[in-house]
Amino acid sequence: MKIRTLNRHIKEAFKSMGRNGWMSFASISAVTVTLLLVSVFLAILLNINYIANQIEDDVQIRAYIERTEKPENYKAFKNQLEQIDKVKSVEFQSKEEGLDELIKSLGDEGKVFSSLKKENPLRDAYIVKTDKPQDTAEVAKEVDKLKFVSKVEYGQGTVEKLFKVTDTARNVGVFLVLGLVFTAMFLISNTIKLTIVSRRREIEIMKLVGATNGFIRWPFFIEGFALGVCGALLPIIVIAVGYQTIFDIVNQKLGTVFIELLPVTPLIPQLSILMLLIGGVIGVWGSLTSVRKFLKI
Amino acid sequence: MIEMIDVWKTYPNGVMALNGIDVHIEKGEFVYVVGPSGAGKSTFIKCMFREEKPTQGSIIINGTNLSKVKERQIPKVRRKIGVVFQDFKLLPRLTVFENVAFALEVIEESPKVIRERVMEVLDLVKLKNKARMFPDELSGGEQQRVSIARSIVNHPPVIIADEPTGNLDPETAWEIMDIFKTINERGTTVVMATHNKEIVNTITKRVIAIEGGRIVRDEAKGDYGYED
Repeated sequence: MKIRTLNRHIKEAFKSMGRNGWMSFASISAVTVTLLLVSVFLAILLNINYIANQIEDDVQIRAYIERTEKPENYKAFKNQLEQIDKVKSVEFQSKEEGLDELIKSLGDEGKVFSSLKKENPLRDAYIVKTDKPQDTAEVAKEVDKLKFVSKVEYGQGTVEKLFKVTDTARNVGVFLVLGLVFTAMFLISNTIKLTIVSRRREIEIMKLVGATNGFIRWPFFIEGFALGVCGALLPIIVIAVGYQTIFDIVNQKLGTVFIELLPVTPLIPQLSILMLLIGGVIGVWGSLTSVRKFLKI
Repeated sequence: MIEMIDVWKTYPNGVMALNGIDVHIEKGEFVYVVGPSGAGKSTFIKCMFREEKPTQGSIIINGTNLSKVKERQIPKVRRKIGVVFQDFKLLPRLTVFENVAFALEVIEESPKVIRERVMEVLDLVKLKNKARMFPDELSGGEQQRVSIARSIVNHPPVIIADEPTGNLDPETAWEIMDIFKTINERGTTVVMATHNKEIVNTITKRVIAIEGGRIVRDEAKGDYGYED
């Protein structure tokens, strides 16, 4: 194909979009609406996942050491803990530190316990973190088996419930997004198909005048791509502006609650590229599959 | 130029449209194809530019045997045959100029050559001043002239016309015939299926009559021969 023919195809595609104004509008709207839904749900899903990860990361195992053990052996204990499978890190927390943390976490009421400092009822502890939060229960069991450990704490019961909730949230999110993408593909390709079916006669005429299949296909290919990409533009703008706004509000009001949303910068560019890609690919796919049907003359 | 040897065509629904056609048309000839409706005229014409494929027999046009042409090569064959249809078959969303230019775009001509040649043929069919109009803004006769312009713009050696005056009033039909005459006088072979008795009897040319899928008459200076 000569360059000037490619130029001709590009010009032809945009001319056709203009002259089939309403049909182009319908296709672009279909892409816009569905991609808007997809991007909103995708943003929600990614944030659910992000928040769930933050919550899960807070889960840790606290292994209290028998009061009878001597501090000289502590180093060996640490080694033993580190050798357990799936353990990421082990950190020592002395009973003094433990008490400080407790007092701090209770706020004003905690001051009452300050008097305990002389006769600290707590025990020295190791704080164990696992590779994956889901391994917590398993690792905790292993830790409990060790002789020097008097008691293991990791929020038994609560942790299991937490994981169940986060997992369900993730699964539902993935299911929703996949369903939406599928619906989007179906809807967009169908609308584009409609615009081409209405041009069936034109394709027949082109063939009778001596156009090759490739010659006929190219403008449709470009047009499909352009329709898809145009349809992706509005959702990108909406999600960029909307997410920035929500991000600011949430961080202002909830910034202190240890939960934060996905930062705007990697998320929005990534979502934008994804939307352009989905729009373009579906547009091309929809137009090419429907042109193919009419080329056999 | 055009040769049909023992051509048969049976449609999938069992209709036998052509039953052994043998015909030979020389370069530069003007040939009418006449016959009652349903006699096989249209199939005869359609086989020539490969809109229909014969069930049996061979058709040789411009030295190419159509029955041996691969599917991919068909567009190339069609570019050497200008076709004019009863229903014009113009692209509705393209202007007059663009419709004619399309036949040159498919052979990847340069925009400059396209502009020159299109304006040249539009001048020939007297539509130069309507180049920017769309087909639905034109009368039937004008649309047919656009269609003729498109068929001759890349100078094919053969023009095939399937009842080109069928949808036009008598006066316009004569205008169209004048154009075909001019084209023929320039050396282009013209094959025209028609129902127009007056035209066939006035502009006398070779007449091939088809009935029941067979050639029943083939006269060098014939007349229409039917009482309509």
